[in-house]
This record gives sequence, C-alpha cells and structure tokens, in this order.
Amino acid sequence: MLLKELTALAGVSGCEDEVRDFILEKIKDLKTDEVICDSMGNIIVHKKGKGPKVMVAAHMDEVGFLISQITNEGYLKFKTVGGIDSAVLVSKRVLIGKDKIPGVLGMKAVHLQQGQARNNKANIKDLYIDIGAKSKEEAEGKVKLGDFAVFDSDYVEFGHGKIKAKALDDRVGCAILLEILKEDYDCDLYVAFTTQEEVGTRGAIIAANRVNADFALVIEGTTCSDIHPAKEHQKVSFHDRGPVITIMDGSAIMDKEVVGRLMDVAKRQDIKYQLKRTTAGGTDAGSIQRSNGGVKVGVIAVPCRYIHSPSSVASKFDISECLRLARAFLKSFN
Amino acid sequence: MDTNALLEKLNEPYGLSGYEEEIQKVVESLFSEYCAGVSTDKLGNVIGFIPCGKEGAKKVMIEAHMDEIGMVVAKINDDGTLLASPIGGIDLKILPAAEVIVHGKEKLYGVVGAKPPHLIDKNKSEARSMDDLAIDIGFSKQEAEKLVNVGDRITFKSGYTKLLSNNAASRCHDDRAGIASLILAAEYLKRLKCDFDIYLCATVQEEVGLRGAKTLAYKLNPDLAISVDVCHGTTPDASDGTFPLGKGPVITIGPNTHRKLTNKLIDIAKAEKIDFQIDVDGGNTGTNAWAIQVAREGIPCILISIPLRYMHTTVETLNTQDVEKTGKLISLFLNKIEGEDICF
Repeated sequence: MLLKELTALAGVSGCEDEVRDFILEKIKDLKTDEVICDSMGNIIVHKKGKGPKVMVAAHMDEVGFLISQITNEGYLKFKTVGGIDSAVLVSKRVLIGKDKIPGVLGMKAVHLQQGQARNNKANIKDLYIDIGAKSKEEAEGKVKLGDFAVFDSDYVEFGHGKIKAKALDDRVGCAILLEILKEDYDCDLYVAFTTQEEVGTRGAIIAANRVNADFALVIEGTTCSDIHPAKEHQKVSFHDRGPVITIMDGSAIMDKEVVGRLMDVAKRQDIKYQLKRTTAGGTDAGSIQRSNGGVKVGVIAVPCRYIHSPSSVASKFDISECLRLARAFLKSFN
Repeated sequence: MDTNALLEKLNEPYGLSGYEEEIQKVVESLFSEYCAGVSTDKLGNVIGFIPCGKEGAKKVMIEAHMDEIGMVVAKINDDGTLLASPIGGIDLKILPAAEVIVHGKEKLYGVVGAKPPHLIDKNKSEARSMDDLAIDIGFSKQEAEKLVNVGDRITFKSGYTKLLSNNAASRCHDDRAGIASLILAAEYLKRLKCDFDIYLCATVQEEVGLRGAKTLAYKLNPDLAISVDVCHGTTPDASDGTFPLGKGPVITIGPNTHRKLTNKLIDIAKAEKIDFQIDVDGGNTGTNAWAIQVAREGIPCILISIPLRYMHTTVETLNTQDVEKTGKLISLFLNKIEGEDICF
C-alpha cells in the first residue's frame, strides 16, 4: 500500500496537484478503460463491467493553510483551510508552497504570558508562521500570497501496528482505492479521487453528476476518540475493531440496502467492522447521494485518532480490513 | 564543523533534567577535542580542563546547561495510554498532537492526544490540564506495562529545521546553543593567547532550579564565571523585554553580574566590533549565574545570552551567527583581560 508516499504529499483543498500527479502516475500501470480529470481536479477512473454502475470515492485533499499576508517583519499570516483546531498548531512545523519552504508556528514563550493568558487556548488569528526571514522583502522572495502550507510531519510506524502521519484523512482512502484498482470486478466500476472535501464536499458534487452511479461507497478516515480522557459515550469509534460503517452522519442518512450489503458481506467473509457511534461529521456521501436523481450511498472509514492534526494515528489492521470490506462489497455485485 | 552541524549534533541527544546521560556523552567527546582532560562529577556535570601552562594562573569557569525540559510517566491508563507530570516549565499549549519519546525499556515513540472536533467545547477557552492529555504509544495496557514504568522519562521528539537568514528551529536550543558557543570559544582560543586556566562546563538540572551549577561552582571555586544561556527573542506577539535575532549576543547588567568585568566585556565587544545587545535585569536572572554568584565566598559572574524565539517549545528558533558571535566574544574577552582585572 502506498500510504507512506501518499501522506508525504501536499494537497490542501484546491491545491491537490501533488496528490493528483502521483495517483495518475500510479494508475498508468493499471488496467483501466478510461481516466478523466475534470475541471475541479477530480480523477475518475472507469473499469467497465456488466453489472450495476458502482462508484467508490475517496478525497485527495487535506486540511491546511493558505498564506494571506506577509508582515513588515517578514512573518506570514494565514487562513486555515478545513477544520483545524488552534490547539494543535502551537509549536508545530509546516512546509509552504511547491518549494516546501520550512516554517514554524511559534508563540510568545510561556514565561512571557501573563496570568490567564497561560491557560487560554491560542487564537488562530493571533498565530503566524516564522520562516526566519529578516525582512518582508526576503519573505516575499520565497513565499507568495495564496501559497498553500501543510503540516511537516513524517510517516512513523510505532506501537502495536500503528501509523502516525499527517493527512491520513483521507490518503488512507486514496491508498485503498489504488489497491482496489488492481483487481477486476463484475460491476461497472467508477473509482473517484475527489477534491475539496474538507471545504464542503465540493469535488464530489461534479464527479457524482458525471458518473451517475446506481450505488456509491465513500472510503474515509474518520474521527476516533477511544482513549483517555473521552468518556464512554464520547467514543465514536475504536482502533483495531475494523472499518467503521456509518448509519448516518451530518451529511447523509445512508442507504439501507448499501449498509445491509456491507454488513452482510463482512459477516460472510469474516471481516471485522464496527458501527459509527455519532451522527456528527460529513463526507462526500452527502454530495453523491443528492446528485442526479439520487444515489444509494454508504460510507466505510478507518478510525483516525487526532484527525486534522499533524499527528493523526491509524491502525494497520483497520486499514487492511477496510480494504477487504471494500473489495468484498464491490465483488458482491454481479 | 559548521555551526548548524554543531547545533544539530548537540540538539539530537536527549537530556531531561536529572537524566542527562545521553547528551553528557556527546559533550564529553566534543570537549575532549579542546581539553587536556574531561571529567564528569557526581551530579553529571561535564568539566573540560584547558590549562594555560602558567603557574598560579587564575581559574575561569565557562558554563552552559545541557539539560532540557520534558515529562515523567505518572500513570498507565487502562487503555494503554500514559499520563505525565511536567519537568521544568512546559506550556500546555504545545502538547496536543506533539510527538514524544518515552524512555522505557526501549525508546518508544508516542503522540500526545488531541481532542477530535465533536469533543471540543467552543465556548471554553482554557488549555487542558496535564490530566486530560494522554500520551498514545500505540500499545494496550498489558503491552505498555511490559515496556514502561511510572517514573520513566519523556522528552519531546523533534528534528532540526534550517530557516532563512541563518535562523534555525529545534527542540532544545535552550541551552544546547550555549554549549555550542562554549565549543566555538574553545576553538577560537586555540589561536589566541590566554593567561587563564579554563574550565569548560556543561551543567545539569538548570531547568529544575540551577542545581548542577551550584555544586560545580562550589567544587571549582573559580575566580570568574561566564554563564551562557538563552534569552527571549523578539516576535510579533512579544516585543517588550525581548531581543531581536541576528543582532548579536545579549550582555546582562544588573546585581547578578559583576559590573566592572561586564563593562570590560562591553568595551572589548565595541573595540573588536562584535555586535551585542544589553539586557538590564533588576534582580534574579533565572540563569545559573544566580546560583554561581553566591557559591563559596562569592564568584564574579558574567552573563551572556543568545536570543531565542519560542522558548520552551519544540520550535525554539535562533540565529546561528549569534551563537558564533557569543563564542568569539568569550574568546576575545579572555584574550584581552589580565589576571588583575578580576578584582573588585
């Protein structure tokens, strides 16, 4: 699986080029009938089959930053792209633009914070990126307004089969789609690598309109809060219990036939799965469901601890079970 | 070795206060290139001796601390995650999603937990307490218990990042940058006349109360001590009482430092055209100089600081030329002053 390579790429929503180029390169060697790149940068891969038209989708984009101002002292102000909590930003590293200019997100030292400020959470609008420039001119020579920035975070394997990386949401889905494309299926398969999920599941709207599928399965990285200090009712998914099957979330109430089929094939093939225990969050399934005259959708997801942070953590077992479930689902159509 | 390479080498080894063994070994080997002898005392301070060969030469202690802030394991939770207690002044704001190394039976990688969006209370602005921050080492409780004990130390993991204009960010420039400046001073002194016996010292346990310097100053009983530490660098959110990067070392004037020798240092910096800045401190400088000054019957102290942005984070940022200028200033000072300058 190409997760290490995929998580190393920069793909802030609207700037998915690195991820798209990588995926297009990998697809070249695979057996496909048609590869389309559309106006928003979605990749749609068609593998023809006689069965129903099935779309599987994962998004290429990740949360990150856009440089919005270069200060007179040569620091960079930024806008966040997608949901980033300011709590994960202080004392972290970023890489800016195509040239990957290194920068750090610092903050006034704790010694200099007065009274309540020590306990306050950082405000995103007060934060800035330090690239070490000694002047505005020097910074302008390296960075332009509108340049994207991503977390600078290595892929690390640790503990009992754990992976830490940035952008596991949703490169884990992209990695699974690339594995899916290695095999043949009876259904008329459309594999979509979508853009701009993190800013409102936007790429999926036009990808779904183009495909006009009978069924769609979205493969995601999802919230996981299975450890201290989350209380029992706050634990929405768990590591090492297999992929999460969503019944409903903020974007869609999943199709009963698709959910039933997922559970059915999982049971028959002895694939471990769990049900998502919250209705919060949203995925491309919302956009796909309401495309054309309506599409029967489902979501399966890999639980990611510390999602949308520079250090998200997933379990290899969940990833491989998620791939098994996706394949079994697609092979169930004949 | 160029300054970035030296700083990177000094930033790599871990050395939580009280557990400085790893950095100690690296410092011993670096010091040995310049010293007639290198020894380590009972608390773990590393002392390199550079004799001038003259009988009755006065003793000068040049020191920087090699310990760093971090945490210790306080509890292994039922879910296999760890709770920790701080060692030294940690800003809780840097912890969510921070990468750490747990020094258990082996070095274990870990991530400090960060709340997922559905658990974030947007109306609550408080940073969380250490009790709410679980360190995820990716093991079950059973597995974790085989590898980790309560009391095991935890350090921040982070690489070395070169920035523009000779700036660089790292985990513990505080105070490995000071150690680097000591080594650079020793390098410059090789080519300069010096009438003092020099003790190059890397001290322990500064972050928990200037402890290593206290016993070492007592033991060495030098005629003069030069402490090198870091001071707050100027950033957009911290201008008062901070010092811009790249404008040279900061010399402290105040009750903690010996006024006559400090004036001499300033004169030499001016004469030699070495950039410097002045910090006026009305009392406790919070550095080892505070402990050294009152050791034995009293030791004249000089304090030189390297401006550092984001102190006590994993992205402590400095200018490498400030480190070089600090080393050069120390060496020229020791070259220019006479034994009789050290008096009241």
